[in-house]
Amino acid sequence: MSAKIESFPGTPLSQADLDAGKVLTTYWKPKLEYGWDAGVAISRYLEELKNGRIIGIKCSRCRRVVVPPRVVCEWCWEPMNDWVYLQDTGTVNTYSICYIRWDASRAKEPQFPAVIWIDGASNAGFLHLLDEVDPDDVKIGMKVQAVWKPAEERAGSITDIEYFKPL
Amino acid sequence: MRRTAAIVGVGYSGFRSISPDLSYKEMMYEAAAKAYEDAGVDPQRDIESFVSVAEDFNEGTSIFDEYVPDQIGGALKPVHTIPGDGIHGLIAAYMQLLTGAMDIVMVEAHSKASNALTLSDVMAYAMEPIYNRPLGANPHFIAGMEMNRYLHSTGTTEEQCAQVVVKNRGNGFLNPSAAHGARVDLEMVLSSETVFYPLKKLEISSHADGAVVMVLASGEVAEELTSLPIWIRGVGWCNETPSLETRDWEGATYARKSAEMAYGMAGIRHPWQEIDFAEIDDTYAYKELQHMEALNLCRKGEAGHLVQEGATELDGAFPVNPSGGTLGVGHLLDASGLGRALEVVLQLRGEAGERQLGEVETGLAFGWRGVPTTSGAAVVLSV
Repeated sequence: MSAKIESFPGTPLSQADLDAGKVLTTYWKPKLEYGWDAGVAISRYLEELKNGRIIGIKCSRCRRVVVPPRVVCEWCWEPMNDWVYLQDTGTVNTYSICYIRWDASRAKEPQFPAVIWIDGASNAGFLHLLDEVDPDDVKIGMKVQAVWKPAEERAGSITDIEYFKPL
Repeated sequence: MRRTAAIVGVGYSGFRSISPDLSYKEMMYEAAAKAYEDAGVDPQRDIESFVSVAEDFNEGTSIFDEYVPDQIGGALKPVHTIPGDGIHGLIAAYMQLLTGAMDIVMVEAHSKASNALTLSDVMAYAMEPIYNRPLGANPHFIAGMEMNRYLHSTGTTEEQCAQVVVKNRGNGFLNPSAAHGARVDLEMVLSSETVFYPLKKLEISSHADGAVVMVLASGEVAEELTSLPIWIRGVGWCNETPSLETRDWEGATYARKSAEMAYGMAGIRHPWQEIDFAEIDDTYAYKELQHMEALNLCRKGEAGHLVQEGATELDGAFPVNPSGGTLGVGHLLDASGLGRALEVVLQLRGEAGERQLGEVETGLAFGWRGVPTTSGAAVVLSV
């Protein structure tokens, strides 16, 4: 419809007008820094990652073993303090293949974020990355294992596990 | 006829200047577990709705409400989060009871101020971005300007404002959960650095970490749950205007309107006689005095004399901020007003320990959202 209109009323804005500062805009770059206290449950979890181990926690009422650990079972409202060491192997529950990175740049090598249910935990585990796998070979239900950073490089962080690889 | 509702359980975690041993989730859990134990309720069986109060910038997480349910027992239940003061959250929960759709609801608010490493910047981002913020002044200046105008128009003195600090930090000294209780004298306050004229350093409250949870129930259910329900008799809230150029710099109109609404609902005509004590925002020392006048607890220009004469001390005719207030307990960000309401509940239940007031039946709690806002919320509670 607009194709039939030869000239629109008013003065159109162009990118050049914006670049020339003809449209008044105020810019502000926020300075925001946070240092989150990890707390009782997650501090222990991170400490064990530093040790090269995965620790979960068990609910004494519903018997569920969850990882990451927490101080209360969200289903039972039962305090949790029964710590359980778990294997570093698990099963891919779901995944995606990212061809665009966090900063919206195009990825030459795609990323494989995945939810991994850890063996011994009750439908719980990690949101982490897969690697050493081709896009054509990734499958839901695939068995995987953690690839750890060398002990001296581990810092008590989720990135102490570099990624999970097919088993 | 309007339904009745009462607070049937309270719990809190804190209040401390830092809390490196607990995550914010664990603080919320501690407060919630205590409140549910106090009310004798199981969150999953009994509580029908959960209201939390949080501000994304304070938390450092967008869509913060997503991180709320698990640690308050609200997983798979109706949960929502509002920004505002904790008393706004209390009112939101109360209104759910008034609808008749719910009989037991909870409200939660917390502060992990110590984790927001650039908290002064977060405060600055509350300034209007196009024509106020570029001036680059520290937003505490708004309190300085307001104090200046308040003193000018009422004849209140700097000594009277400083006396609020002496009283409230002293009350905090009797409150084991206050983060900033201290014995300070008038001279210490008056000789502390003038940071935003005429506001002095010790007249600005410091932050604290902590969480507050309350369980509310509709009338009949409340009486089944506890022998000492704390009845919500009136609530009111008001925003004046964000405009620094046109607002009322003298009389805290938002507080006056909030109180009028709450008193009207509660049927209170003479607040000084009908209310026994108050916990009201004192983020800056002069604010306690200005708020007392706006809340019609005394006449304009009288609050300074009352604090000077000791009328608002623990043993005075009308105690104000027996907990220590924000100056003594610590500023709890979004939980500050709920902290004030918590003290009203504890005092009415006779559970305030060394700072317990004698013979109190009705108390007022009033929260303010801090600079640069004109946002306030009030609640009148009775045994």
